[in-house]
Amino acid sequence: MASFRREASNAPRGANRTMNEEINQPHSEPLDEENEGFTRRGFVKVAIGGVCAAYGVAVGYPIYRYLNSPVEKAEAAAAVKEVNLKDADKLPKGTALVFKFGTHPSLLIHHDDDTWVALDAVCTHLGCTVQYNPQQKQIVCACHGGVYDAKTGENISGPPPKPLTKYVVNVQAGSVTVSRSA
Amino acid sequence: MKIPAKLTDFMVDRLGLDEIFAFAKKKTVPVHKHTFWYYWGGITLFAFIIQVLTGVLLLIYYRPGPDAYESVRQITYDIHFGWLIRSTHNWAANIFLLSAFIHMFSVYFMKAYRQPREFGWWSGVLLLIVGLVFGFSGYLLPMDDLSYFATKIGLEIPNSIPVIGPTIANLFRGGVEVTEYTVQRFFALHAVILPLVFLPLLMFHLYLVQKHGMAVPEAEEEVPVEKRKTMPFFPNFMAKDLAMWLITLNVIAILAALFPWQLGPQADALKPAPAGIHPEWYFMAQFQIMKVMGNVVRGFAGEALGMTLFTLGILLWFIVPLFDMNKQSGRRAKIATYFGLLALGVVLIFTIWGYAAVA
Ligand code: FES
Repeated sequence: MASFRREASNAPRGANRTMNEEINQPHSEPLDEENEGFTRRGFVKVAIGGVCAAYGVAVGYPIYRYLNSPVEKAEAAAAVKEVNLKDADKLPKGTALVFKFGTHPSLLIHHDDDTWVALDAVCTHLGCTVQYNPQQKQIVCACHGGVYDAKTGENISGPPPKPLTKYVVNVQAGSVTVSRSA
Repeated sequence: MKIPAKLTDFMVDRLGLDEIFAFAKKKTVPVHKHTFWYYWGGITLFAFIIQVLTGVLLLIYYRPGPDAYESVRQITYDIHFGWLIRSTHNWAANIFLLSAFIHMFSVYFMKAYRQPREFGWWSGVLLLIVGLVFGFSGYLLPMDDLSYFATKIGLEIPNSIPVIGPTIANLFRGGVEVTEYTVQRFFALHAVILPLVFLPLLMFHLYLVQKHGMAVPEAEEEVPVEKRKTMPFFPNFMAKDLAMWLITLNVIAILAALFPWQLGPQADALKPAPAGIHPEWYFMAQFQIMKVMGNVVRGFAGEALGMTLFTLGILLWFIVPLFDMNKQSGRRAKIATYFGLLALGVVLIFTIWGYAAVA
């Protein structure tokens, strides 16, 4: 085992020196470095290390970007500022519509008093998709019983730690525009 | 970066590394003017390793079945560096087969198939055949027009086997036409079945190479043993092997970057075959032989005749260690050499002829 390691670590030097020399001076390595400071061998070591690192990056970077591609697409999609929902202005009072804002499911609610509210539908607790309950006029999460206010998105009861993100709603003839509040 | 002695001892004891290292160190590589040819097996191995790695990466986005073309289109044009991974996979496949051919012919002419290396030869020929099936099955997977028609033509080969041929071809196709069923089963073949066949064969082949070491060519046999030069395989020859691998990696990278693999229009059974369609170079000789045979003997019989001759040739190629056994260069050794030259000549001539015919 010991001899295996020595020969293996000496391998790159085989080009400049004969094998015999190396076997006769198995401990020459630390001596050289002490006596000469910056040695030729030291330089070669650094150069080889540098080349290996360069190859590592040249191979690794495309592979990383390749694997990461859908993540980048999803992030780009998540960054949308505005969504236009065609014909959503015809949503009856007291009902809700689920739509996608970027990558997130989101809720558009038309309240009985003719107010419009749009909220992120991802529960702030552990990420389940919440739903609008028209009887209680509340937003509930089935996973752990979280409850939110349907007008403000405020977390009322249950485990959710934060309110739901609220969007800005613009109703016009033929469509509803939902946008991130700046 | 020194591994602590205790840890190495632990590993050595538990894993029996001593024996493995002793086995690895045993081999020496003969040094002579033909030493160059000893690198080609390693180059082939390296190309295969690249195939495995890029293959797994492609698997991440590839969807066999009806979606096949669209998923390859996404890989090639939408996914970051997808074109590079796909091109590398394609180019490495070509390098793999090219270096395998060079390796095989150099082994043949060095007569390295002789005792005790018969199994090395047999496993090697089988590996090449599996490698060719890899190439064939992978070609269909993008489902563009070229791959569609190439597969249609290729399946005419099993189809021309008398009596059972059509059944075999239908089983490959999963129908009487090349469809999404065909892609699905070619994918299973390409990514699961063939690797399962290839890997044990490869291990066996590498084990035998390590066990018997490199053969020396006949010319070198005449040099008295004391005068022959050698170098230890580990680590000296391996370092050179690795240098070759680095060169190979660079060549593949340059080819993949400068000549990225293209994707043709989607396969459409109702459209005519694209003009000048021909198989990859490694099937060109067979393609041309079948074509010529089909012209000499009209109809189905011609293709069957071509197939039979071809199979016979491969069979002879396979059993050559049983024919040319002696170390002394006798009559049989000469016949084997002529047969090798004939085979090489036929392959080269028909390949060139094939390209000339489609050009
Ligand atoms: S995820 Fe909604 S309450 Fe837990």
